[in-house]
Amino acid sequence: MMNITCPFCGKRNESEFIHGGPVGAVRPDPNAVSDEEWVEYLTVTPNPLGPVQEKWWHARGCGEWFSIWRDTRTHDIVEAPDGTT
Amino acid sequence: MCIVINIITIMQNYSVFSLARNALTGHRNWPQVWRSPPLKDRYDVVVIGAGGHGLATAYYLAKEFGITNVAVLERGWLGGGNIARNTVTIRSNYMRDESIPFYVKSVAMYEGLTDELNFNMMHSKRTMVDVVQTWPKLRELRRRQLVMDIYGSTYEQITTEELRRRIPALTGGGPDARLPVICGMVHTDAGVNRHDAVAWGYARAADARGVEIHQQTAVQSLLRGADGSIEGVETNRGTVRAKKVVVAVSGHTTTLTETAGLKLPLRTMNLTAFVSEPVKPLVDVIVNCPDSGFYFSQSDKGEMVIGGAPDMGQSFRRDIKQHVFEDTVTAMLSLFPSFKKLKLMRQWGGHLDIAHDASPIMDQTEMPGLFVTAGWWGGYKAIPAGGLTLAHLVAKGEPHPLMAPFTLGRFRHLDFVMEAGTTTAR
Repeated sequence: MMNITCPFCGKRNESEFIHGGPVGAVRPDPNAVSDEEWVEYLTVTPNPLGPVQEKWWHARGCGEWFSIWRDTRTHDIVEAPDGTT
Repeated sequence: MCIVINIITIMQNYSVFSLARNALTGHRNWPQVWRSPPLKDRYDVVVIGAGGHGLATAYYLAKEFGITNVAVLERGWLGGGNIARNTVTIRSNYMRDESIPFYVKSVAMYEGLTDELNFNMMHSKRTMVDVVQTWPKLRELRRRQLVMDIYGSTYEQITTEELRRRIPALTGGGPDARLPVICGMVHTDAGVNRHDAVAWGYARAADARGVEIHQQTAVQSLLRGADGSIEGVETNRGTVRAKKVVVAVSGHTTTLTETAGLKLPLRTMNLTAFVSEPVKPLVDVIVNCPDSGFYFSQSDKGEMVIGGAPDMGQSFRRDIKQHVFEDTVTAMLSLFPSFKKLKLMRQWGGHLDIAHDASPIMDQTEMPGLFVTAGWWGGYKAIPAGGLTLAHLVAKGEPHPLMAPFTLGRFRHLDFVMEAGTTTAR
């Protein structure tokens, strides 16, 4: 069970949150990209053996949506690789 | 030469006579089940992963297509991956026209596998019973029944009374429960068998046909040739070259393909199970409770083998998360309150990759000569048909009709096979 830090409520139990999926690429302008790039945007998500950025919803709490970095090997919540968030 | 090979084959054949003969010599003279030959630097085909799908693919390459210069490379030990980390449920109650014929074929192949491989699979065709607790689920399962009827799979609705007669331990879910039991759905084709026997049986049969199995041989990266096609693999024991490479590594598919710069629409997740202490025979079918979110069967040893819903985030862990475990147990006790006294003995998780549409991918990638079999959820039941059809693709260069829908091209055309019959799709 993870302790997830909600930006509004602070550290709370994982059971209060709902997983919102991985943070994918920024949506490109469909008219500006090729079909291959568009399909890649729709279907391919990062699947690293290590830190992954993902969305969480504090559904049984304040209702805030936010993103965290989590290590897929250990489930430890980690710093963003580039120091942001 | 031929005679010599035949004699060896006969000597290795398992039968009541070989058992009696070896009993007389105190079981000290059984031959090795498979060889451990030295690793060569070149093969016709390299299969990465000595799990169910990898070993089955190697076996059918040798048996059906005569390709025997094959090496199966395994990072750990043979049969130690997801084939040892599942709940041995074999069934064909799927939803889609694309899926059902494939799984019907696989279930049929499993039923004949003991004879095919001369290895006792301990196959037990014991029926799966779905406990239905919501009307939308019943509607979905009846729709599945209509599609399954077309392809020769079996699904039949039974009343709550009949359901409780068949599963006496099902005492929860009464009229006052939050989710009262509405009815049952019976899938008579379903069964269980012994997972180790599947791995060992395929390994032994493939080895007997010339396939080499190399354990403790970790593939670190894929080698791309100057023309863009696959050239071989880099391992901890040196470079192994092959014009055709099959990736059968479940959750680590993207980890490997990314070493060659290849992106695939797969995410890796953790699916878990746990086992109770052995008790006397109590349940003689596989019980699936899709609305509550768990399923179980009783093993021949008497243990309850229990599985639940997956953890939703990406994960490369191989254990169960506490809240997944608690949710599964809570759901189980709501329908089977007498299980409260059961002690649990072991838990495990496997990491599997799931495609964008929850259906498998068996295809040649955009890197010529590199094949993947991935995206398997409940891939255990698919091992025989998956191995056969992938071997067909590797040998002939064109897909077997049963696997033709499960290409990578379907993503290119956004022509998904949205599958509702996998464990996670609920």
